[in-house]
Amino acid sequence: MKILVPVKRVVDYNVKIRVKPDQTGVDLANVKMSMNPFCEIAVEEAVRLQEAGTATEIIVVSVGPTQAQETIRTALAMGADRGILVKTDDEMEPLGIAKVLKAVVEAENPDLVILGKQAIDGDNNQTGQMLAALLGWSQGTFASELGIEGDKVNVTREIDGGLQSVKLSMPAIITTDLRLNEPRYASLPNIMKAKKKPIDEKELADYGVDAAPRLEIVKVSEPAEREAGVKVETVGELVDKLKNEAGVL
Amino acid sequence: MNTLLIAEHNNQSLADATVKSATAAAQMGGECHVLVAGSGCAGVAEAAAKLDGVAKVLLADDPQYEKQLAEPMAALVVAIADGYATIASPASTNGKNFMPRIAALLDCSQVSDITAVIDANTFERPIYAGNAIQTVKVNEAKKTVTIRSTAFAAAGDGGSAAVEALGAVDNPGLSEFVNEELTKSDRPELTSAKIVVSGGRGMQSGDNFPMLEKIADKLGAAVGASRAAVDAGFVPNDYQVGQTGKVVAPELYIAVGISGAIQHLAGMKDSKVIVAINKDEEAPIFQVADYGLVADLFTAVPELEEELGKAGL
Repeated sequence: MKILVPVKRVVDYNVKIRVKPDQTGVDLANVKMSMNPFCEIAVEEAVRLQEAGTATEIIVVSVGPTQAQETIRTALAMGADRGILVKTDDEMEPLGIAKVLKAVVEAENPDLVILGKQAIDGDNNQTGQMLAALLGWSQGTFASELGIEGDKVNVTREIDGGLQSVKLSMPAIITTDLRLNEPRYASLPNIMKAKKKPIDEKELADYGVDAAPRLEIVKVSEPAEREAGVKVETVGELVDKLKNEAGVL
Repeated sequence: MNTLLIAEHNNQSLADATVKSATAAAQMGGECHVLVAGSGCAGVAEAAAKLDGVAKVLLADDPQYEKQLAEPMAALVVAIADGYATIASPASTNGKNFMPRIAALLDCSQVSDITAVIDANTFERPIYAGNAIQTVKVNEAKKTVTIRSTAFAAAGDGGSAAVEALGAVDNPGLSEFVNEELTKSDRPELTSAKIVVSGGRGMQSGDNFPMLEKIADKLGAAVGASRAAVDAGFVPNDYQVGQTGKVVAPELYIAVGISGAIQHLAGMKDSKVIVAINKDEEAPIFQVADYGLVADLFTAVPELEEELGKAGL
């Protein structure tokens, strides 16, 4: 079974981001970038399926700038077999990414595409579902457990208030939630080995899809600052203030 | 051109998220129609018909819509999408699941998790887990939108819209519901709770979380945790509040033994009132807390339980 794992390079989750003073976006100059945490979970799940003998090949794909190569290398060091980088410096929207990924899927014919449920920069939570729609495939979003059973995949999904299990026909799209697994750290020998694994570099134009941005970003602004609060001396004072001042008890 | 709001419900009652989302949908232009898709859900349609600002309710009552799986839901909505400039739903896990599928089938863009409607085509939404606010405009004839319902007030119930029955649309048959395990806890769900009590690394062990549970039970609150507490194995992953966990915005958030890492603040700083209990007075959590108590949590929390009892809770 062949698995495709799309990954995204994003601002590291520990970085405090800054909005540009001209409100055109978030300042990404000299900021630490990493693989999106949900994408790491997707790579880990694919590698576990390969270790269990279920998957035979793991292909990692990223659509983004040249530096997204590092993100692909990270995935290769975790255990993926080869990478594809679709180079573009354009700002990509989920629908555009889904169209490029559809073209990659048609070229590679995977049985399963596992991807993060959302990227922690745009917080859109759209790409996997859109890809499923464009391919006419089933979708198992927000997965916390998955098991392959013949040509079906059983997915436990995190839903509001609990868990839901669905059985999907393959090929299928899976998007990962936090509880699916804990991604490994790549070992030094595996990082060295990953340097020799192939990454196929493509241009966006090679896929002949219209992935131009369609939304107008009017501005990006700072969220309203919270006003500094007060310190209370005792628990009694705290309860009194919550009850009589804030009115939340 | 009208707006279609897809209702969140459990086939018995209309979710609070729908009542609040109706307020947002009414600002998106044209008439607001509500789609109630489910099984045995006629009562839900009646409740939706009473919402202020709703002009018509469409009822698709069929077993295939019982769990609102993405594949049949998308097929249904695409079949009735003509005449709607905006198709909206609450940003619940159901809405997040089927809405982008609908958008791609219609070849339109989606604006996710909006917190304000500027005009029929322009919305505000948080990005970077709320560390920046994006104002985004859609310059096309059609769009889908998911609504962060906690950002909107509930619609009134003085309406009396007509309910129109829809036939089912062919199920693409790609997916099958197996079962559901809803948390049986008497405590509310983390993302919709009015009060959240969270513990961090300062709790020292999972064995100390029952202290927080006692407080939560007195307040009718949900229990959460910081990533540090989850990574230390004190509590399971689904307790995690933060950028890579759940984003919450309750009326009251009580952070106990949480230092306030960026990743945690991103998940809770939109709470209306924040209380921090921490023995380190330099902890960053105090910079966002409305009420800070510098104290050892192991004495403060039992004391809090006692004081809440005295206050009649």
